[in-house]
Amino acid sequence: MIRFRLNGTARESTVDPDTPLLYVLRNEFGLMGARFGCGLGICGACFVHVDGVSVPSCDTPLWSVEGKAVVTVEGLADGPHPVQRMLIEEQAAQCGYCVTGIVMTAAALLEREPHPDEATVVRALDRHLCRCGAQRRMVRAVLRAGEADD
Amino acid sequence: MTELPRDPAHKTEPPKDLADNPALSRRIRVREDGTVDVHAGKVELGQGILTALAQIAADELDVDVARVRMVAAGPDGPDEGTTAGSMSVQVAGSALRLAAANVRARFVAAAARRWSVDPAALMVHNGLIGDGERTVSYAELAAHVDLDVAADPGVPVKAAGQLSWTGRDVPRLDLPDKILGRPRYIHDLRLPGQLFGRVVRPPSRGARLAALAPPAVPAAVTVVRDGDFLGVVGPDEAAVVRSAEAVRAAATWDERDTLPDENDLDTFLRRGPHETIVVVDDGADAPATDRRIAATYSRPFVAHASMAPSCAVALWRGADRIEVWSHSQGVHPLSRAIAAALGLAPEAVLVRHVEGAGCYGHNGADDAAFDAVLLARAVPGRPVQVLWSRQDELSWSPFGSAMTADASTTLDADGRLSSWSYDVFSQGHTSRPGYAGVPGLLSATMRESGPAYPAPVDPPAAGGYGSGRNALPGYDLPRRRVLGHRLLATPIRSSALRSLGAYLNVFAIESLMDEAALEAGRDPLNFRLGHLSDERGRRVLQTAAKAADWGRPLPEGRGLGIGYARYKGRGAYCAVVAEVEAGSEIRVPRLTIAVDVGRVVNPDGVRNQIEGGAVQSTSWTLVERVRFDRRTVTSVDWETYPILRFSQVPEVDVTIVDDGTDPSVGAGEAAQGPTAAAIGNAVAAALGVRVRDLPLTTEAVVAAIDRLTN
Repeated sequence: MIRFRLNGTARESTVDPDTPLLYVLRNEFGLMGARFGCGLGICGACFVHVDGVSVPSCDTPLWSVEGKAVVTVEGLADGPHPVQRMLIEEQAAQCGYCVTGIVMTAAALLEREPHPDEATVVRALDRHLCRCGAQRRMVRAVLRAGEADD
Repeated sequence: MTELPRDPAHKTEPPKDLADNPALSRRIRVREDGTVDVHAGKVELGQGILTALAQIAADELDVDVARVRMVAAGPDGPDEGTTAGSMSVQVAGSALRLAAANVRARFVAAAARRWSVDPAALMVHNGLIGDGERTVSYAELAAHVDLDVAADPGVPVKAAGQLSWTGRDVPRLDLPDKILGRPRYIHDLRLPGQLFGRVVRPPSRGARLAALAPPAVPAAVTVVRDGDFLGVVGPDEAAVVRSAEAVRAAATWDERDTLPDENDLDTFLRRGPHETIVVVDDGADAPATDRRIAATYSRPFVAHASMAPSCAVALWRGADRIEVWSHSQGVHPLSRAIAAALGLAPEAVLVRHVEGAGCYGHNGADDAAFDAVLLARAVPGRPVQVLWSRQDELSWSPFGSAMTADASTTLDADGRLSSWSYDVFSQGHTSRPGYAGVPGLLSATMRESGPAYPAPVDPPAAGGYGSGRNALPGYDLPRRRVLGHRLLATPIRSSALRSLGAYLNVFAIESLMDEAALEAGRDPLNFRLGHLSDERGRRVLQTAAKAADWGRPLPEGRGLGIGYARYKGRGAYCAVVAEVEAGSEIRVPRLTIAVDVGRVVNPDGVRNQIEGGAVQSTSWTLVERVRFDRRTVTSVDWETYPILRFSQVPEVDVTIVDDGTDPSVGAGEAAQGPTAAAIGNAVAAALGVRVRDLPLTTEAVVAAIDRLTN
């Protein structure tokens, strides 16, 4: 049995500890915000926070989060996170499949660096792929989220 | 006031989609709470169509757009075929507009009867009909208004000046769910009792299953085999994924070489046999004394590379009752294709649309739906969700065809173009379900005695061609000869990918225009304007050039290039100016675009589509190429099939040209060709070297420089 905190609540899972965290989140806990894109940790659609770091949940085995704090997009904030509000303001998505993973990485960036410049945002998001071509809108949205006062 | 001025674009013939589905109730139903259900015939692909259709319905019904509830396409809604070809706003939008105007008129007539007044004296405001003294709502009248009637094409729709939702940046209805992470995609569907399925594809094209040893799978997992089709079904997703690998390891395949040489697609595309498509032939030869400029341009196979692998859910309720949930572009054609593949009556298969990730053409969605049907057949009464792997998504989805084009033109003594000749060689650009009279579903071909996969076809001239799409330049040219050559032997499945042949054809035409301008000693913009009498075309070219400050001096290694086309020769006008930085690799810092899509329903939606189309085209143009050996596709993940990353994406500046008088046309495919051409022309301007074979990788640029210097 693996015990961990999920969006602030103590949880346990009895599935095979080698199961990718993504399947546990989606199928055991019904949290659909992290999405399967490649299964190889390359595209970014499945990112969640593990102890505050944005990581791919598709190649993170369940056993590796024992005793750790997992946060998904559903538990990121009380209501929409500023990054999400600005993404909606900027209409910064087309199909939107990649966007929750990008929200997680952008939120982790703003946690570390509340007012990043454009180059920093681009660098932080560079391991995320978006096929619809909404990247520039997303960068603008994250910059706007970072303009808020502390 | 029901006496509305007639929209000049409105004819009394019903739009095609309405003629095919005349009953008002098939599209629009008023609910007791005052909301209005609009049953979409077109599907949301990430392009924002549901929002645009809601705006159109809100306008004609005189209700707030927030009261419109868009219902995804399915068996209960209108059959509007496939959501493709940038036709949704133009055709389905027109049908919905007229249907909504009919619904409004029928409600007004019912109110007039109730009050014994002239309908012309009544007004409608946000779903309330009134005569100045009293009001009655759509909801109150709903029980008294029969919508099971055919639309009357004579009912007037509103003129441009009377529209309150059209032309506004209404935020996308679907984006909050997608950004907040609420379940919305087909991947998120979890029906009661649902099982998970995975398909085990052959290791290569043309492989036949020789033997299957008993695979080591858990007792809860069912292995399905039908000819060369293999799959697994079970309750635990991770266990199903592992079981698929166990089945893969247990299978022995007979393999053979079936694929062309990836480094010599030119020979493959020219070898034939071909079907010849005459786009135009003026029957006159070029003047022999004029200067001839000729070149060959090409692109490789290109993948859809959507962010999510294809997915579907199927449920066998009985031997002749199958329900399917799919992100297909056409749920009605898909249901007919599935039924045909199984030898069932068309009404035996009900397909409902559920949104998937971005769709840019005929991808694996329909194939995945049939996979789900084949797997669910083994577990009657249980829904089965199939999800493709990333590897299968990148290697087994249909590709946009490789193409090669010989283009030549002549310049007369005055520097005017005196002839134009063009031959494009390509596989066909559609193999959608039901095409060429066969199901067109991947796994159907793998079943025991399943049908072979015929060569993909091309849409006819009325559909805007496939290989020949945009092969005819929009310029004022004499002595034109434009031919398409569609390959009839196609070992790699190709089908519709955003803009079909237009991407390469516009790249070729606009590259040759620049080469001719250089030969004539003319500025590329002025050279184009000198051969273009279409005022709307001139306007987008001039607008983009002005916004990009065309002609400004640039530092060494930088260049500006321009590209222009009217999509399909009758759709959106688009001009692109690309700024390119040619260092160790080609970078595109900025694209400046002007577009004319006629009357705009949602300006930000148009901008988003143009930006996205331009960025995707930049990715195709700079880095994308499907790789394969003689047996199998080898570009199977994001490292072997890279696409543009955040740090490589250009800033895109879009200007919309709209004087409100021209009918709406689609925006989704307008930017692809002009963007590629602008980038190619900018590279030539920056380096003095023209790269004619896409993509414009460092290797391709170096090879072009070597050819020039040797």
